[in-house]
Amino acid sequence: MTIAGTKVRVEDKLYQNRYLVDSGRPHIIVRPHDKPSANLLALTYVCPAKCYELNDKGQVEITADGCMECGTCRILCEKGGDIEWNYPRGGFGVLFKFG
Amino acid sequence: MIEQFDAIVVGAGMSGNAAAYTLASQGLKVLQLERGEYPGSKNVQGAIMYANMLEKIIPDFRDDAPLERHLVEQRLWVMDDTSHTGIHYRSDDFNEAKPNRYTIIRAQFDKWFSRKVREAGATVLCETTATELVRDGNGKVIGVRTDRAGGVVFANVVVLAEGVSGLLGTRAGLREMPKPETVAIAVKEMHFLPEEVIGQRFGVKGDEGCVIEAVGTISRSMAGLGFLYTNKESISLGIGCLVSDFAATMESPSALLDAMKNHPSIRPLIAGSEVKEYAAHLIPEGGYRAIPQLFGDGWVIVGDAAQLNNAIHREGSNLAMTSGRVAAEAIIKVKSRNGPMTKANLALYKTMLDDSFVIKDLKKYKDMPALLHTNSSNFFDSYPRLMSHAAQTFMRVDGTPKIEKEKNTTAAFINARSRWGLVSDAVRLALAWR
Ligand SMILES: Cc1cc2nc3c(=O)[nH]c(=O)nc-3n(C[C@H](O)[C@H](O)[C@H](O)COP(=O)(O)OP(=O)(O)OC[C@H]3O[C@@H](n4cnc5c(N)ncnc54)[C@H](O)[C@@H]3O)c2cc1C
Ligand code: SF4
Repeated sequence: MTIAGTKVRVEDKLYQNRYLVDSGRPHIIVRPHDKPSANLLALTYVCPAKCYELNDKGQVEITADGCMECGTCRILCEKGGDIEWNYPRGGFGVLFKFG
Repeated sequence: MIEQFDAIVVGAGMSGNAAAYTLASQGLKVLQLERGEYPGSKNVQGAIMYANMLEKIIPDFRDDAPLERHLVEQRLWVMDDTSHTGIHYRSDDFNEAKPNRYTIIRAQFDKWFSRKVREAGATVLCETTATELVRDGNGKVIGVRTDRAGGVVFANVVVLAEGVSGLLGTRAGLREMPKPETVAIAVKEMHFLPEEVIGQRFGVKGDEGCVIEAVGTISRSMAGLGFLYTNKESISLGIGCLVSDFAATMESPSALLDAMKNHPSIRPLIAGSEVKEYAAHLIPEGGYRAIPQLFGDGWVIVGDAAQLNNAIHREGSNLAMTSGRVAAEAIIKVKSRNGPMTKANLALYKTMLDDSFVIKDLKKYKDMPALLHTNSSNFFDSYPRLMSHAAQTFMRVDGTPKIEKEKNTTAAFINARSRWGLVSDAVRLALAWR
């Protein structure tokens, strides 16, 4: 399965969800790096919302708008210092209708 | 807002609501904080809800709780790429006046539970994220900082019901962050279908419900489980595997879910459905050995935040509700004898919890997580394939003498795993189950 193929489908999936995005205040930040650690690289596959992507310089970037606040990336990458992870401000972020 | 509460409960999920309700209904002054716009807006569950544990908190919950279906049938499937081998249990005994298990939809259920908490007298603040525990000079927890303006609130005791990925407890050093091998990431979709279609496809009528849990090649050698639960007008379908396994294999959870939906045994059950939500959430899977320190000076920790989850039996919400209720009862006891909320006094919570099914069940399976994790490719790939092969060989009528068929099946098992490997897996499984 191609990554591109998967990505389109995840976006379609997220399209069903409700979010209140806190514009300009991302709750997860990837620390600057030259080469991603194995766990950070893994997030480009493992994040269920496909928020993590490789840029053309081989670095991992995040767009957290579709984040479901599951915490997987925090478990894998906070300790090693690859990312900074916080909850969105109260009321913001994903709003599950069913959950 | 400098106001002193008897207790602050962080989180309005299953454990937090159980704790807040129990405390408030005994007249304690309770503040509950929830970061979501409404309780449930951040929460994900399968979801099977176990009546017994809710009855102990709200005995007449059936009068107005949003319940989907009561379960009359459970199927456990072992799947390979094209088949499933199943154990089904269905009983009309489950059609009883007060059924034992229901499917629920968490966002709706949590709203209902939260209404009960408010009716019991607690103050519930939504859209409020607790950002830090406030401690005095001796390290005793005396309150919580929130992201509201000027938002420090004080209490004699803080109940951490912040769920599996809670930040407060870990940042304050009260517990470690869960390790990748002690949490699963589960993804789930809500598939809507007319009520009659669900009835026909699963052979249920009225409010009867059916659930399927599946292990096998759907988790691609990772330690994981798929589920399909019937609600009134929807099907909850999902799959979860250990985070460590996902990181090692670089599989994508959403791709796994899509493959599961396409499995020939699952596809016809959801055909024609409309998907209305895609959700993801962690599940604590570390079991007994992953339970952190449960109490300290001015604080207790309950539910998923304390890893109180029985992954083998797919039970979590009931352990959450029970630990929330028991923590509240311990706090009420300490308060009733005018005791301060010290570590020594709050140890009562652990004593009471040790005596409940929560800790007893988790202790029983203390070796299971490690076993399934280290042997995941056998349990989740080789054995399911072999089982399907054996069943198919048994059923196909092709002129091969039966004795030869049996020999072939035995040989297939031994080739795949060696005689010693099979015996040792069986022994270790039996020991871990004991
Ligand atoms: C896919 C899936 C399927 C499951 N299926 C089942 C099942 O069928 N049956 C079953 O019994 N269990 C099941 N579980 C487990 C069950 O959902 C959990 O055990 C249960 O929800 C735990 O309740 P809790 O109150 O401890 O945590 P949660 O329900 O996660 O509640 C934590 C609450 O705290 C809030 N919060 C967190 N941090 C803060 C903060 N800093 N400030 C303010 N609020 C905060 C959150 O928004 C949330 O509302 C399943 C779990 C998943 C993910
Ligand atoms: S919290 Fe979950 S959904 Fe959000 S970015 Fe991290 S892994 Fe992705």
